[in-house]
Amino acid sequence: MKKIQLIVAIFVIGIFTTSCRKSGCTDPNSINYDSKAKVDDGSCVCTPASGPTPYQLQIPQTFSLYLPDPIIPVSNPMTVEGVALGKKLFFDKKLSGDNTLSCAGCHFPSQSFVDTSRFSIGIDGIRGDRNAMPIFNHAWNTGEKFLWDGSAITLEGQALGPVLNPIEMHETWSNVVSKLQSDASYPALYLAAFSTSTIDSVLTVKALAQYERTLISGNSRFDRYLLRQINLTSSELNGFGLFMDESGADCFHCHGDATNPLWTDNLFHNNGLDASFTDNGLGDITGSPSDNGKFKTPSLRNLAYTAPYMHDGRFKTLDEVIDHYSDSLIYSSTVSPLLKHIPAGGVKLTIQEKGDLKAFLLTLTDSSFVIGH
Amino acid sequence: MKKIIIAISAIILIASCKKDEPATPAVEQPTPSVNFLFQQNYDGASLTSSDFGTTQYTNAKGTSHTITKLQYLVSNITLHKTNGEEVELGGYNFVDLAKADSRLYTPTEKIPEGTYTGVSITFGFNEKENITGAYTDLNAVSWSWPMMIGGGYHFMKFEGMFTDKTGSQTGFAYHNGTASKMVNGTRVHEENHFRVRLWDFSGGFEVKQGNNTTINIKMNLAEWFKNPIFWSLDDYHAMLMPNYTAQKRMNQNGRSVFSFGGTTVSAE
Repeated sequence: MKKIQLIVAIFVIGIFTTSCRKSGCTDPNSINYDSKAKVDDGSCVCTPASGPTPYQLQIPQTFSLYLPDPIIPVSNPMTVEGVALGKKLFFDKKLSGDNTLSCAGCHFPSQSFVDTSRFSIGIDGIRGDRNAMPIFNHAWNTGEKFLWDGSAITLEGQALGPVLNPIEMHETWSNVVSKLQSDASYPALYLAAFSTSTIDSVLTVKALAQYERTLISGNSRFDRYLLRQINLTSSELNGFGLFMDESGADCFHCHGDATNPLWTDNLFHNNGLDASFTDNGLGDITGSPSDNGKFKTPSLRNLAYTAPYMHDGRFKTLDEVIDHYSDSLIYSSTVSPLLKHIPAGGVKLTIQEKGDLKAFLLTLTDSSFVIGH
Repeated sequence: MKKIIIAISAIILIASCKKDEPATPAVEQPTPSVNFLFQQNYDGASLTSSDFGTTQYTNAKGTSHTITKLQYLVSNITLHKTNGEEVELGGYNFVDLAKADSRLYTPTEKIPEGTYTGVSITFGFNEKENITGAYTDLNAVSWSWPMMIGGGYHFMKFEGMFTDKTGSQTGFAYHNGTASKMVNGTRVHEENHFRVRLWDFSGGFEVKQGNNTTINIKMNLAEWFKNPIFWSLDDYHAMLMPNYTAQKRMNQNGRSVFSFGGTTVSAE
């Protein structure tokens, strides 16, 4: 009798301990490994031995403190192999019609990924009509509208355009794919990044976007000031005060602040450059005349490298930019309501104030960003 | 022996099951689906982003103006039951008229079944929650209120162009947040949010399981310019953030801006 009781008791214990244990994936090598799981339920998903390795973005401390997580599409997770492939593609002239121009040919790494010329020259010698935009912190582009006119949606979508544009790389994607497919190294790199050696445009722009998402600039003197690692000069601090004062220079409404270390609102504004427009910007994309003359707010990071300035690169120096906002604003029907004293030309900063403002703006320079690419 | 075995069994059972399965599982309360929809109008005329920069409005002062931007923040919504009980929801909703889906707010808190007489909302953040840099989504859209005038966040950015007294088109930036003024050479900051109760004058609405209930909250933008203070855009159109008088007047006028807009009910 006692034996039967003992067997029953053990049986009961067995059932309960088994049924009450948390079930899940118990294989530490799988991507959904659950350290609390005691019973394997067969749900483990394992990355093939040859599959790509997840890439960890190095997120600056000021971004971790104040910004949302970077935007990384579920359809294009970051991998070490994908980033490496994207970097190789970014610097490869095969993406252009006559194999003479790479992405880096107009986006110089040493200049925070801009072109130092006002307008870039395409492979056919044709000049563009807008200044090449810098490439950094794109994983935090809220709304994911890219380019001066917001015509490109998502980073992957943006990468499709320059290859095809007749005044840029002037190539077809089928030619690019053929060139890459017949290359000695690319098929293996695609296999490592995307588990297929069959190259197409979609995978190519995915790799480019992965690389671009690694281009993060968050180590300026102002970042270090925010982290209480350094002090700024009184001139720089005065400049920051003017930047943040609605009755002063009032730059912060569009260009970020200490808790928006992107230094852009990622929106589109008419900043009082012209009375009428030769380039409608956002208006040509939305079809709404009320958007005419509006262009994307560029980040103020790395201004030391990104001259010339404005969508059409009309200003050669930072001084000219400050003079514009201070003294030379021009009314048009879509001008930003945030611009003040337009009939007088602007907020009329003194020479001292202009100097202080410029000193502050240059604290947003991240010299560590322009080396090592 | 028998007792020992039973005791050991019991201990093992309790220990192994404690975390996953409570001894007396709580009875599941119905959790009806409830959303809030923020709808804008100008004295009754519906307003969306398609009106931005094109539709002309005339305010209480008789000033003609357009609207180019409307963003605002509402926090800590409370639902009031007919029996006097209150259901307090934390959190906030950032309405950006340029993004239509931002008008719809789905609270994370569960809202019990019952009959409700209306809601209360806080416009902006109360002082305890208006903390500089605390909300990453708001930081990324440049919603901060400068430290020198009190810090925290904007409560509203309402912008457009108006015909000024000289006949020229001039921008206005009706931005609301913490009020700040100089007192004996020192800046003093005053919290500037307000809380309003929006009554359902039709006698109450029912929230129940199986229904999707959308509670409509209306904002009449014309009220920002007329009640109780007739707003002169010529006098107050720019640099209003550090302007204490302007900030306090916005606070006064804001109290009649919102109203209860009924509910929309659909079966789940």
